[in-house]
Amino acid sequence: MKAIVNVYLKEGVLDPQGKAVHHALGSLGFDNVKEVRIGKQIVLELDESDREKAMKELKEMAETLLANTVIEDYDIEIAE
Amino acid sequence: MKTLHVAILQFPGTNCEYDTVYAFRRLGHETTLVWHKEESLPEGIDLVVVPGGFSYGDYLRAGSIARFSPVMKAVQAYAGEGGKVLGICNGFQILTEARLLPGALKRNRNLHFISKIQHLKVVSTNNAFLNRCEKGDVLSIPIAHADGNYYIDDESLDEMERNGQILLRYCDAEGNPEVVNGSVRQIAGICNKEKNVFGLMPHPERAMESILGSEDGVRMLEGFGVA
Repeated sequence: MKAIVNVYLKEGVLDPQGKAVHHALGSLGFDNVKEVRIGKQIVLELDESDREKAMKELKEMAETLLANTVIEDYDIEIAE
Repeated sequence: MKTLHVAILQFPGTNCEYDTVYAFRRLGHETTLVWHKEESLPEGIDLVVVPGGFSYGDYLRAGSIARFSPVMKAVQAYAGEGGKVLGICNGFQILTEARLLPGALKRNRNLHFISKIQHLKVVSTNNAFLNRCEKGDVLSIPIAHADGNYYIDDESLDEMERNGQILLRYCDAEGNPEVVNGSVRQIAGICNKEKNVFGLMPHPERAMESILGSEDGVRMLEGFGVA
């Protein structure tokens, strides 16, 4: 199965890359953009058919390595 | 001054290990390089240094992969028993990723790799590292990093201030706070609550000779040899 882990800076933690892109969009004339946050998308191909087990393991992967929970949040999607 | 045996770690992508060896040997200490695949640290060491560089190419996050190298288990155990550990630049990032130090290091506020000689103000001296400095001293030390923007939540930060865990802040030549990379309260270096694990973004090992621009690194690193 295919899984996607999205990692992004926590709400309230200043995102310098998002800020720079926001500024660049503004100078291109896209002046209706209120906020830009930049994150990472990690795509995993798992040799696993048990959805629940996969979710549990993905959570563990995110907590230990994929995200630094001091500054980042994450969400997990499992695509069939 | 006591002669120390200093273990200096080497990960794939570390590039400051030989400068660090030079710095500690110049102070009269013995050094041993320890490859990251080692599962134990040499017997009888007095200090572990995690030097600067770009371990694992800074992939995912700076320090995030190095912290799972076999040697880091031994470092965790060593620090847990009160052993002294110093992380410089990428070493600081590795120690925060390993949760041996609080907080995290984000991309610099201006997104630039900043490489220059920087003034630093000494904040706390009652520890095994900066005891040769005076509170309020202004030091001149090189910095060279893209991810040195220290972050921690306000509540934890206040607690660190109370515990004397803030070691160094970025400042100008007169000692006034200076925003360099966006770090909260201009923090350049910290230690853990137990004051045996230290981390800083600046490179004292590159400031050991006046001919190279500054020898203020001597005053910093010789603190470890004070018995």
